[in-house]
Amino acid sequence: MGDFLSQFGELFAIYDVPAAFWVNIQLTFWAAIFSLILGTVLALMRISPIASLQWAGAAYVNILRNTPLTVIMTFLFLAVWTQLQITLSDDFAQNFFRFGVIGLTVYHAAFVCEAIRSGVNTVPLGQAEAARAIGLSFLPAARLIILPQAFRGAIAPLGNTLIALLKNSTVAVAVSVSTETSTLMREMIESNANYIYAIFMIFAIGFAVLVIPIGLLTTFLSNRLAVRR
Amino acid sequence: MDHGDATTTTDPAEAESSLGAPLVELKNVNKHFGELHVLQDIDLTVRRGEVLVVIGPSGSGKSTLCRAINRLETIDSGEIRIDGQPLPEEGKTLAKLRADVGMVFQAFNLFAHKTILENVTLGPVKVRKERSSAAKERALQLLDRVGVKNQAQKMPAQLSGGQQQRVAIARALAMKPKVMLFDEPTSALDPEMINEVLDVMVALAKEGMTMIVVTHEMGFARKAANRVVFMADGQIVEEATPEEFFTAPKSDRAKDFLSKILSH
Repeated sequence: MGDFLSQFGELFAIYDVPAAFWVNIQLTFWAAIFSLILGTVLALMRISPIASLQWAGAAYVNILRNTPLTVIMTFLFLAVWTQLQITLSDDFAQNFFRFGVIGLTVYHAAFVCEAIRSGVNTVPLGQAEAARAIGLSFLPAARLIILPQAFRGAIAPLGNTLIALLKNSTVAVAVSVSTETSTLMREMIESNANYIYAIFMIFAIGFAVLVIPIGLLTTFLSNRLAVRR
Repeated sequence: MDHGDATTTTDPAEAESSLGAPLVELKNVNKHFGELHVLQDIDLTVRRGEVLVVIGPSGSGKSTLCRAINRLETIDSGEIRIDGQPLPEEGKTLAKLRADVGMVFQAFNLFAHKTILENVTLGPVKVRKERSSAAKERALQLLDRVGVKNQAQKMPAQLSGGQQQRVAIARALAMKPKVMLFDEPTSALDPEMINEVLDVMVALAKEGMTMIVVTHEMGFARKAANRVVFMADGQIVEEATPEEFFTAPKSDRAKDFLSKILSH
């Protein structure tokens, strides 16, 4: 055990582990915000009365949800950046970071959309009818009546999506975000193969420490904010 | 359940003469739910100030009729006019028209995440663009009128069914509607709460509000209605004054129905 602890000490002295996690947290933070926005727009399209918007929303969700994240990231790197030569920042690292956020956003927006739609299903039909009956058209009814209740019903599935997003942020390595945890882990294993268990523990525990509070918080919030009927 | 005696009934002839121009007109309205022909060639005119009670067995199409009037149900053919305007199909014009038609649902449908006061002010502020202070003042007057002013800051789930339904009436009234639709407003209520809702509706009828009420409450029909429409199998089978209808129904369907609901 003491041996194990000294290995941890040694590894933390050589490598900046918190900095690597910090990159994943930042990727997750921005992708969470943008995928919440995009996912809400997609959910609105899917519940709208306009057939073409419903179709477009459903097509987006089914395509992006069923595409491996690695493929999306590789596409951004090889097709968008290398072939089309689209750059998002003059700073090399920042450019890849932004591609990473985009890849995570477009992928997780599909899951956010479905989480919100499951929240919409917790809102009784009568709420929408009452909103229409006082003269609210689709968007105001969605904004004032349906979505506020749907989000409260969707906290738990949205929390699950956030947890998946945090762990999936390690896939950003596929678009050359080279400072995040999975890159660091590979580096550490290459140079310190004899410390393999300690290295494994660092990243397993690190993610658990980040993820467990998300689960506890969403459970707490979904009870606290539940709409009483 | 009878909520009043026959002596309080207004004389139908007198009531008839005080009615205004047609406000809600249905011409040859048809609707199907799949195979089921729920509305069959419905012709119905409700004049300004009139209180119409729609009665009939379950599945007769009476709720569908009520909901079709503000297009919560679409119709397959025919025409519905409100105050001379044909019912728009979609969009802003439909929303605008709905704002003029108050609707009270069987399940109350108060906005569950808003306080009682917010439920009543939401329409005036967001649809009518009234100043929130003015809307709030009038909302409190309306809540006072339906007897739940002291509950204004509570959430809907904290109120009894009867209180919630009275709030729902206040919410509809806050839009200053031309006509009020009631879709079985007391059917989901415990017996002891039915009267408090009916009292509010009777008062509203006496003030001259145009009302279309789907209900089985014969006491209400006798006390407040100008006319009763009996529906069965998607058709209007009989139209009469409440007194005529309840004492001397003409059709066999109506006789049969009344014998079933009056036998206890």
